This record gives sequence, structure tokens and C-alpha cells, in this order.
Amino acid sequence: MTAILTNLFDGVAYGMLLFVLACGLAVTLGLMNFVNLAHGAFAMAGGYVCMVLVNRMGWPFFAALPLAFVSSAAIGIALERTLYRHLYTRSHLDQVLFTIGLTFMSVAAVDYIQGSSRVFINLPAALQGQFDVFGVGIGRYRLMIIVICGLLTIGLQMVLAKTRFGSRLRAAVDDPRAASGLGINVPQVFAFTFAFGCGLAGLGGALSAEILGLDPYFPLKFMIYFLIVVTVGGSSSITGPFLASLLLGIGDVAGKYYVPKMGPFVIYTMMIVILIWRPNGLFGRTAAR
Amino acid sequence: MTASSDVGYHAQRHARWHYGEAAFWLIVLACGFLFPTRYLIMTDILRLALFTMSLDLILGYAGIVSLGHAAFFGVGAYAAGLLALHGIINEPVLALIVAGLAAMVLGFATSFLVIRGVDLTRLMVTLGIALLLEALAERFSNITGGTDGLQGIEMQPIFGEIPFDMFGKAGFFYSLAVLFVLFLLARRVVHSPFGLSLRAIKNNPLRAAAIGIPVNRRLIAIYTLAAFYAGIAGALFTQTTAIASLDVFAFERSADLMLVLVIGGTGYLYGGLIGAVVFRMLQELFSTITPQYWQFWIGLVLVVIVLVGRQRLHRWVLYVPNLVIKQVAGRKAVVAVPESDA
Repeated sequence: MTAILTNLFDGVAYGMLLFVLACGLAVTLGLMNFVNLAHGAFAMAGGYVCMVLVNRMGWPFFAALPLAFVSSAAIGIALERTLYRHLYTRSHLDQVLFTIGLTFMSVAAVDYIQGSSRVFINLPAALQGQFDVFGVGIGRYRLMIIVICGLLTIGLQMVLAKTRFGSRLRAAVDDPRAASGLGINVPQVFAFTFAFGCGLAGLGGALSAEILGLDPYFPLKFMIYFLIVVTVGGSSSITGPFLASLLLGIGDVAGKYYVPKMGPFVIYTMMIVILIWRPNGLFGRTAAR
Repeated sequence: MTASSDVGYHAQRHARWHYGEAAFWLIVLACGFLFPTRYLIMTDILRLALFTMSLDLILGYAGIVSLGHAAFFGVGAYAAGLLALHGIINEPVLALIVAGLAAMVLGFATSFLVIRGVDLTRLMVTLGIALLLEALAERFSNITGGTDGLQGIEMQPIFGEIPFDMFGKAGFFYSLAVLFVLFLLARRVVHSPFGLSLRAIKNNPLRAAAIGIPVNRRLIAIYTLAAFYAGIAGALFTQTTAIASLDVFAFERSADLMLVLVIGGTGYLYGGLIGAVVFRMLQELFSTITPQYWQFWIGLVLVVIVLVGRQRLHRWVLYVPNLVIKQVAGRKAVVAVPESDA
């Protein structure tokens, strides 16, 4: 019984992490209809920035996390302004080719700068180990992830639902032409959202170094996971991807624990079945975009 | 001249063999005799060309974007490997066809999943299928050899007459023959009314359906055929290198394949062949400059190609040849400019 609860806890932490990593992609892919396979590269950038700050320059872990966000967001906005925005109107094939190219470049570049082995971020002592609550082992680090990601999720939902920027974004997504007719600067809204999504990915990358492992092949290894979150979750709100990430996280952890031999088999099968059953995602809109 | 006969005239003119094409194949054949020390890399190029032609059939002609074409390559490779390893079918040509058919069956089965949905769903489903097969191959390592791959494959002589030699000479001419035969078939297919209907579907599926083309059936047919081609390419890989390992399913293989096709140009059969040559040359060049980081430059090539625009790039490349043809022959250039796929 306690093993199940521990697994559930780990699964939730994993799922929350996936959500933070992938929710930027939910915006670009789901809302802006841009196939960005290089999303993992931004996450990797954040992870490596955090690693360098903490391990080499002796920054405290919690001070390095915001910087991971900022640096990934900065890279994101630079690329969006120079390269990505030319490709919004191009075919999906072009977008796929372009972002695969970027991914390959990022993998080789990080390999060149930091070497190809897996890196670890030195964690403060307060985050290591685990404690028991009624016999259920709770990892401190995982608990922190759940707290941070939970707060982020609530914050995002509030921003989208309550603020002026949130309504602008929703308007720009629903009908870009009408939105710009109403005086909303659609490219600016998209650029800002893109950068914010990249920043979240960077933060996720920094947090995930301990759990998912951080090496130059990160963008390729986890690309499929991000894509699953978005396609299964749909794009009508952030609740869809959130539930999908939780499902994926719990499913993956449980799958690895109970049927280790089947490996990723369960997840891929689930994804294909769901896509065939509901091409717009479990929680997606019914109308095709 | 009425519009319909005009279309027919152009279709027929394109379907005819040109001197340029004959020259192309003669040059390829001549390479086999001119560079006897380079059989291995040339065989590799031929294999890649065949694999790319397979992707071109679905992407360039039918407009199906696939990120998991390595699935069929892998199935073909393992099928050929297992057939040879357990001595089920010893004759390579027969084994090749059987391996191709195995991939074809998979292609037919999965085509129903692929034709549903839009580009994005297709990307995900094709990618998912390739990953699924990779996971399966890893899971059933008692059959596939797991990460070590199939080892100890010994190929029997082709038709029981021509043995595979260690310099790869037989392998090269064998691959060339297979490529040429399949090229002829593909050429016949794409210039047939069936092939023309595929182009109509690619340009506008709704309109194609409205003029009475059974869209889904046509897509299933071409997807199945492309899977057969990819399976043959995979089987050639196993037969000429005598190994089959898990990386036949790798995502990088599917991604590289896209790059090859894009370099060569989509929507005309020579695109795959030219792309394969250019890609391998680039790869050789980059890996001599930076052995470990050649992927960076490959990625850069992709990014530049997309940013410059594929059509514009092909216009630039074909500018000089077209000028020459115009001057010499005094007519419009016959070098096919690939269609857009926007």
C-alpha cells in the first residue's frame, strides 16, 4: 500500500515537472499552430545554465533557478524575433525541418562545450534525502518540485483567466485577424508568450536535472514526451496539458515500477490509441484548426 | 488546344524518357567501374537513395509528412537479417522481396492510422510507431539480439551464383540493380493516372475528393508501396553490411532522411538520388573537419535550407543547367523543378 502511495507521489512530481517543461510547447504547438520540435533545447539550456551557476560559480540553487528561467527566455525571444517568426506561415514540413535542425545544432553545441556525459547539479542539503509521512516515503526534492510546479500552474491559470494579457492572448489565439483589428498587437503577444514558454522550459530543465537526467541528448530523448503532453492534452486551456502530464507522469512511473520489461511501450501505445480515438487530444476542442 | 488535352500532353511529355535521365544512370553505372576502392560508401549512397525515394513517394507525391519512416526500414532490416540468420530463405533476392513484403504488411496496417487526422497527428503517429517498434525490438532481445543487434549473419550467393565479396563489389552492383528496378517501377507509378491523382490529393484533398478521386484508398495504396520500398532499403542494408541493430529504428535515421530528401528536392524521383549523394558527401566532409560534431553542421544546413526557402534554393541550383539547356536546345528547360508543398 505504501509502495503504491510512494509511486503515486513520485508520479505526480514527475508529471508536474513534465507540465512545466511542456506547457510552453502547448502554447506554440497548440495555440500558435507551430511545430516546435526544438522545445527541449530550451529546457536543456536552462538546465546547463543552472548547472554552471551552481557547480562552477557557487551560486545557491534557489538563486540559480530564476536565472535559468531568464536565460532560456532570453534565448527564446532572440530566436523568435530573428528566426521563428518567419516560419509561422510556412508549411508544417518546413517547421519540422527547421526545428529538427535547431535541435541537432543544440545537441552538438552543448556536447562541444560541456562534454557528452550526464551532469548533476549540487543540491543543498535541505533538499536531499526523504522523510516518512505515515510510512510513505516522501522525497524532499520531489516535494519541492510539486510545490513549485503547483504554484506555477495556479499562477498561469490566474494569468490566463483574470488578467488583461491573458484575455489578449486568448483573443489572439482564437482569431488573430479579429484580434489585430481590435488593436491587439498579435505578434508581440505571441513573442512574449513564446519567450515565457521557453523560460518555463528552462526552469523545468533546471529542476529536471536530478530526476530525468541532463545530458546533451536531452532534447531528443524527451521530445516525444513533450509532444505527447501537448497532443494528448489538447490546446483549449492549460488544464488539458496539465492533466495529460499528470497522467503521463503517473503512468510512466507506475509502468517502470510494475512492468519494467515493457518499458516505454505502454506510453507509446497509449498515445497512438488516444490520437486515433480523438485526433484533437483528450481535452481538446472538437473543431480542427 | 483545349485545356484537358493540354494537361494530357504535358503529362505524357514528362513521362517520356529524356537523354539526361539515361546519362544519369550511365554515370552511376560508370562510377561502379571508375572507383573500385569506394564500393562501401557508394553502396551506402544507393541504399540511402532507395530509402529516400520511398519517403519521396509519400511526402513529395502524396503530401504525407512522416517522422517515423525508419520503422519500415527497420522491419525490412530485421526481417532480412532473421531470414538469413536462421537460414529460412537463403537466396538473397527472394529474402529481399519477403522482407519488403513484411514492411509492406506493416505499412498497410498502419496506413489506416496515418491517413486519419492532419499533419500534426500524422507526425505524432508515425513517430510513435517507429518508437514503439524500437521499444519492441529492445523488449524481445532474444529474437532481435537487443542492443548488440543480430550478429553472425552470413549471406549466401545471389541467385546461388554470385557471392558477396569483402570489397563490396557484388553488394554495389546488386544494390544498383535493385535500385534501378524499383526506380523504374516508381517512375511508372508516379506518371500513371494513379500518380497524377496523388498529386491532386496533395494539392487539395477536398477538391480531389470532389472530382471523384477516392482519397483515402489512394493514400493507403501509396503508403503501403512506400513501406515496401523502405523495407527493401532496410533489407539491402542488412544484406550488404551483414548487421542489423536497434539503431535501424532510430529517430535520427528518420530525421536524416527528411534532410536528404529536402536537399535533393521533393516531388521528383531524382531528388532522393541526388540528395543521397550530396548528403553523404556533406557528412564525409563534416566528419573529416569535426569528427564528433558533424551533427551541428547538418543541423545548420537544415536551418539554412528552410530559411532561404527550398524552392528558391532549387531555382538557384538549376539556374545554370537550365540556361545551358535553353541555349543548346533552344527550348524550355526539361530539368524538373520540384513542386512546392505549401
